[in-house]
Amino acid sequence: MKSLPAVDVVIIGGGWSGLLMAKELGSRTSLSVLVLERGPSRETSDYANDMDELDFAIRLHMMQDLSQDTVTFRHNANKRALPLRQHGSFLPGAGVGGSGEHWNAQCPRFLPDCFELLSRTTEKYGAKSLPEGHAIRDWGVTYDELEPFYTRVDRLLGISGKAGNLRGQKIDGGNIFEGWRSEEYPTPPTKMPYFAALFRDAANSLGYHPYPVPSANISQTYTNPDGISRGGCTYCGFCGRFGCMVGAKAQPTNLLLPIIQKRKNIVLRTGAWVRRILFDAASKPAARGVTYIDAHGEEVFQPASLVILSSWTFSNTRLLLLSGIGEPYDPATGRGTVGRNLTHQVSVPSANAFFKEPLNRFMGSGSAGMLMSDFDGDVFDRGTLPFLRGGFFSARGFGFQPIGSFGVLPRSVKATWGSEWKKAAVSYYDRTGAIIFTGEHLAYKNHFMDLDPTYKDKLGDPLLRLTLDWRENERNMVDFTTPKAVEIARAMHAEEVDAFPGLRSYDTTRYQSTHVQGGTVMGSSPDQSVVNPFLQHWQLPNLFILGGSTFPQNSSANPTPTILAFAYRTADALVNRYLKNPGTLA
Amino acid sequence: MRRRHFLTLSAATLGGVLVYSLDRKASFLASEQKPLRIPLRFFTETEALIVAGAASRIFPSDDSGPGAREAGVSIFIDRQLAGPYGRDRFRYIQPPFEDAPAVLGYQGKETPRELYREALKGLNGFHLLSPGEQDKSLQQIESSVFFALLRQNTIEGMFCDPIHGGNAGMVGWQLVGFPGPRMSNYDEIDKYYGKPFRPKPATLAQVTHAKIRLGEDEP
Repeated sequence: MKSLPAVDVVIIGGGWSGLLMAKELGSRTSLSVLVLERGPSRETSDYANDMDELDFAIRLHMMQDLSQDTVTFRHNANKRALPLRQHGSFLPGAGVGGSGEHWNAQCPRFLPDCFELLSRTTEKYGAKSLPEGHAIRDWGVTYDELEPFYTRVDRLLGISGKAGNLRGQKIDGGNIFEGWRSEEYPTPPTKMPYFAALFRDAANSLGYHPYPVPSANISQTYTNPDGISRGGCTYCGFCGRFGCMVGAKAQPTNLLLPIIQKRKNIVLRTGAWVRRILFDAASKPAARGVTYIDAHGEEVFQPASLVILSSWTFSNTRLLLLSGIGEPYDPATGRGTVGRNLTHQVSVPSANAFFKEPLNRFMGSGSAGMLMSDFDGDVFDRGTLPFLRGGFFSARGFGFQPIGSFGVLPRSVKATWGSEWKKAAVSYYDRTGAIIFTGEHLAYKNHFMDLDPTYKDKLGDPLLRLTLDWRENERNMVDFTTPKAVEIARAMHAEEVDAFPGLRSYDTTRYQSTHVQGGTVMGSSPDQSVVNPFLQHWQLPNLFILGGSTFPQNSSANPTPTILAFAYRTADALVNRYLKNPGTLA
Repeated sequence: MRRRHFLTLSAATLGGVLVYSLDRKASFLASEQKPLRIPLRFFTETEALIVAGAASRIFPSDDSGPGAREAGVSIFIDRQLAGPYGRDRFRYIQPPFEDAPAVLGYQGKETPRELYREALKGLNGFHLLSPGEQDKSLQQIESSVFFALLRQNTIEGMFCDPIHGGNAGMVGWQLVGFPGPRMSNYDEIDKYYGKPFRPKPATLAQVTHAKIRLGEDEP
């Protein structure tokens, strides 16, 4: 195998966290930084020509090519896993910028107690309140420690919103349940689509506390601390599943790439499929570099002094398993750490509301709308409710397009094709909206990832296998919150409201969210986690892992700001401590 | 090489609207014009007529507006099947193929092309039936994988950008009040609360004046 000249830092994956780390290390030090991205390069100048629902929102041109690599899925360890042959419940992106290009850019922070979930819950409700077979863990980092880094993320992305808790002072109109913020959002909230305005007024009338979605589709022109300027959102509606044609949506390609391209010490190489991380296990364990298949199909060895693993949750976990780094998690014995604590996120249309008047649903953005956190985390009085934690409602004007949104009908319409169906679907087309509930997903001992014994990727390497299902906690959470959404929909003066029928077994075909977490989780102890709270590998101190794969369990909130806050924290630890004295940080 | 097949469309069948031929030239079929012969990329002429007939029963032309016939849905589907989508270029197609519950998604080996070709054999003569007989025939297969695919592809052909061969003359977009890709709704998003805002639709090519790369033309 050909060996390439050594670099100081190799970064695996050119998405949000990989490119943020490249920018930080490459501009704050003179180290040579190489980013390896397996997908293609991106031309953001093409994004205007990509406003095509069929190719982008339906055929999913920005997503991973599943003919090359997918995951297998089973609901429990007694079942045989089968491959997810087409995209469904989550949509990992491919290419420079990764999923950070096609995201909806909704940017709430995690609630403070999410980071200390085990200790706070046990303290308040006792160990007996924890569900049987849970694997809930504290992260080893507190919200107070993370807050300065969240603020840097707000400034980097220019997030639009209204604070509800400024250093402890509650502010009406913002999210009064959120953790303290050291400063107001950089830009004011976005404009409100009609459906979201109806939700806001109805929720207020019922005594709830709705607030504008914290949005990285910014409301007005903003220049961030790196000197990158973006214009405001035009509410074109081609948002999630698309790149932003005016660059109002924060994307790695418009915030990070311009800086990276100016630095001679950073190289971004596309079409580079990393296959293994090589390491020495002897007296001084350390990663040596990576092997990858280059754009010409040749496998090469890239030596590096520091390895940053920052691909998506699945590839982060699979690369450790394929490379033989750490002990694979075994749910039968509880031994091993790699692959444990797989979580997704509860995401259901709690109430489909049908209105008399048109909503003009084609206008909007992925994060133009309202949220409501009155039933989130542990902010409400749960009395004797049969579940832990909660989530938030959202009413957004995503910018609906007709292939994907034609045919949402009240359950009273039975026809699914033909004249009766068509007439109803045309009539209801612009008169329907969904109040969506997004809830926390706890970690369980039997939900995990390992290598599939049967199915292989295009190179012959085993696919990653997911073992996951919904449990009573998630089902009860949905059953409790659904009637609240129905009540709000009625107060919005909807003519007809259909309630979500309830969570059954995990459905891989229904899009839920691209927020899959775990596999290489952080924690305070090497026998329960893969990385320490600085995201440094416990056994290989020159290997750092970034991304949702490090989350011990999931919050109700969208993960990107938290992923970036942790990446900033790790970048600071590398620059201020590790590079001066390489070794264990925790 | 396969023998060239054409779908012959008359102004009457298309209701006198714009259609996009395979070389993407827009033609306006007025009633006095001769029928248009559109070359097919995948279907035989008979297959195209069966698909056109079935799509028209799924999304009929009726007093609520135009349907699959006016939108040119069968031409759209022909192009999709001829391209990478039709041969499952982006689907994971490694064996073994196993039966699975619906929540694991389509696990079959057959590509969209194969599903169509096989199912259309079973619908031999469909295009010659009366609408009532056609509905009965479709009711017998409405729980099949093929029917779900045909229904999905029909909706796609009704509402895609016309450059893909469906939604001819933007009839689908006009039916539901969708204006196509608009560069800005900044001034309108909070000005039309409760009232319809229905700007004149425009296609992506009309909006950007650029050459659009199409998924169906990729290798």
